[in-house]
Amino acid sequence: MSKSALRVTLGLILVAVVFASAPAWAGRADLRLYGEFMSYLALAVLWNLLAGYAGLMSVGQQAFVGLGAYVLFIGVVTLGMSPLLTLPVAFVVTGIAAAFFALLLFRLEGAYFAIGTWVAAESVALVFAGIPSLGGGAGMSLPAAAVRGIADSREMREFVIYWLLCGLGIGTLAAAYALIRSKPGLALMALRDNPMAAMSVGVDIKRIRFWTYVLVAALTGVIGAVIFLQKLRVSPQAAFSLPDWTVAVIFIVVIGGIGRLEGAVVGTVVYFVLRELLKDYGVAYLIVLGIVAILVVTFSGGGLWGLVEKHLRWSLMPTHRKRDG
Amino acid sequence: MSNAAPAAALVAEVLNKSYGALAVTRDVSFTVPEHGALGIIGPNGAGKTTLFNLITGTTRADSGRISLFGQDISGLDPRRRCLAGIARSFQVPQPFAGLSAYENVLIAAAYGRGLSEHAARPHAREALDLAGLTRKADTGAGTLTLLDRKRLELARALATGPRVLLLDEIAGGMTEAECGELIALIRRIREAGITIVWIEHVLHALLPVVDDILVLDFGKVIAEGKPDTILDDPQVTSVYLGPDDAETTEAEA
Repeated sequence: MSKSALRVTLGLILVAVVFASAPAWAGRADLRLYGEFMSYLALAVLWNLLAGYAGLMSVGQQAFVGLGAYVLFIGVVTLGMSPLLTLPVAFVVTGIAAAFFALLLFRLEGAYFAIGTWVAAESVALVFAGIPSLGGGAGMSLPAAAVRGIADSREMREFVIYWLLCGLGIGTLAAAYALIRSKPGLALMALRDNPMAAMSVGVDIKRIRFWTYVLVAALTGVIGAVIFLQKLRVSPQAAFSLPDWTVAVIFIVVIGGIGRLEGAVVGTVVYFVLRELLKDYGVAYLIVLGIVAILVVTFSGGGLWGLVEKHLRWSLMPTHRKRDG
Repeated sequence: MSNAAPAAALVAEVLNKSYGALAVTRDVSFTVPEHGALGIIGPNGAGKTTLFNLITGTTRADSGRISLFGQDISGLDPRRRCLAGIARSFQVPQPFAGLSAYENVLIAAAYGRGLSEHAARPHAREALDLAGLTRKADTGAGTLTLLDRKRLELARALATGPRVLLLDEIAGGMTEAECGELIALIRRIREAGITIVWIEHVLHALLPVVDDILVLDFGKVIAEGKPDTILDDPQVTSVYLGPDDAETTEAEA
C-alpha cells in the first residue's frame, strides 16, 4: 500500500472509531443526527460517482431508495424475514431493477436521460402506491415483533441501526476511494474529463457506465432499506421523495465539488451545519441553502473543494498516479 | 477495390459523409501500405479532420468501407477501432484535463493495450519520453501550454500501441528546432513499424516524412501522388498552395 493510501485508510479508521463510539458519549437526538449524516454521506458519494465521474445525471435515485425500503417492508411483513437479512436482498433487487432501467434509459443522453430517470422513479412510486397489500398510498409500518429480531431493547436497536448507517457512510466512501485508485478508476476519471477521448483510447464507456449505474443503485437500495428501518414506517411519498433523496444529494455534491471524492464529504458537512444552524428559521433555511448553492457554483465550478484544491493544493483522498510512483 | 491487398495497412473505399445538403466527404478512397506514411493536405474546410473522424469511428460514414490490415472495421465503434490498432491525435487537443500528463498516457496504455495498470506503466513512461514530456509528467494536463498539449496528444495516441497512427496538425505553432525534433520523432515511429497518416498544413514538416500525399478540396480527392510531383500539379497549386502558402511560414511560431 502506498503512503497516501495508508494515511487515508488510517484516517478513515479513526473517523469510523469516533463515530462508532458515539453511542457511548452522544445523546439519542445527536445519534439520530449522526446517523442521518452518514446516510447522506453515502448517498452523496454514490451520486457523485454516478454524475460526477460517469456523467450520468440521474435525478431519479429516489427510485432505488424507495425500492430498497419496500424490499425491507415486504421481506419483513409479507415474507417474515429478519430485517437485517433483507439488506442483501435489497442490494440484489435494486441492482436488477437498475439493470432493467438501464436498458431503457441508456438510449437517452444528457437532459433526456435526467428526465427519463425522474419519470422512471415516479412510475415505480405509482406502482407501489397502487398495491393495496402494501398499504397503497398510505404505506405500512414494521410490526414491533419483527423489529425485536434486531435487538431486544429499543436502545440497542437504535445503536445497531446507527452502526449500520456508519458502516454504509464510511464504507461507501472507502469503497469509492479504492475504486478511483484502481484501474476502472482511471476509466471513470477519463470519462469525467472527456468521454470522446476516453473512447478513442480504448475505454469501454458503455460498460463502465452500466456497471456504475447498477452498483450505485444497488447500494442506494441498501441505504434506503436502513433509513426506513430506522423510520419504522414507509409510504410511497416518503420512500420515493425527490426532494429528500435526490435534490438534497445533488445540492450536497454540487456545493462540495462534483467529480471529486472530497466533494461529497465537504458538501455533506456543509449541508448539515447549515441545516442545524438554521433549523429554527423555517423557510429562511431554504433561501440560505439556495443562495449558498448559487454563490458556490457561480464562483467555483468545482464546488468548495475545487477552491481548496486550486488555492491550497490540498487533497484529503489523493488519487493521482505519479510517474515515479 | 473490394479486396484489400495483403500489404495494405489502411484502406478507405468510396467514403461519403454529408450533413444535410453539405457533402463533407465525397467518394474518398485511398490505400496506405504497411509501414507507409501518407500525408493529407488541403485548404481549411476540405474535410480532412472529418476524414479522420470517419476512420476512427467518432463519426459514422454514410457509405463506404474502411479496412485495417484486411479487416473491415466500418461497423466498429471508436473503442474497438482503437483496440484494432488505430490511434489518433486530435487537432484541437482533447486532454483529460483533470489528470496529469502521465495519467492521460497511463489510461491510454492500460485501456488501449488491455493491460493492468501496473503493466501499462512502462508503456506510459516510454510514450511520454518519446513525445518529450517526461519533465511535465506530473503536471496537470489542463495547465499545459498548447504545444505541450499537442505533444500529449501524440504521447497518448502512441501509448495505445497503435499499428496505424493518425496525426492531425501537430506541427502548427512549433519553432524550427521543435519541428526538426518532431520530424525525427515521426521517423522513429515509422521505423518502429507504425503506419502513419498525417494531416498537416506545415508542408516542410510533412514532406520529408511521407511517401505519398493526398490532396482534398471540398471533400473530394483532387490529387494523389509523390510529394514532389503533387506540388507541381497545377490543380493543387491553384486550390491549395496559392492561398495557403502564407500559412506555412514561421509567422505562426
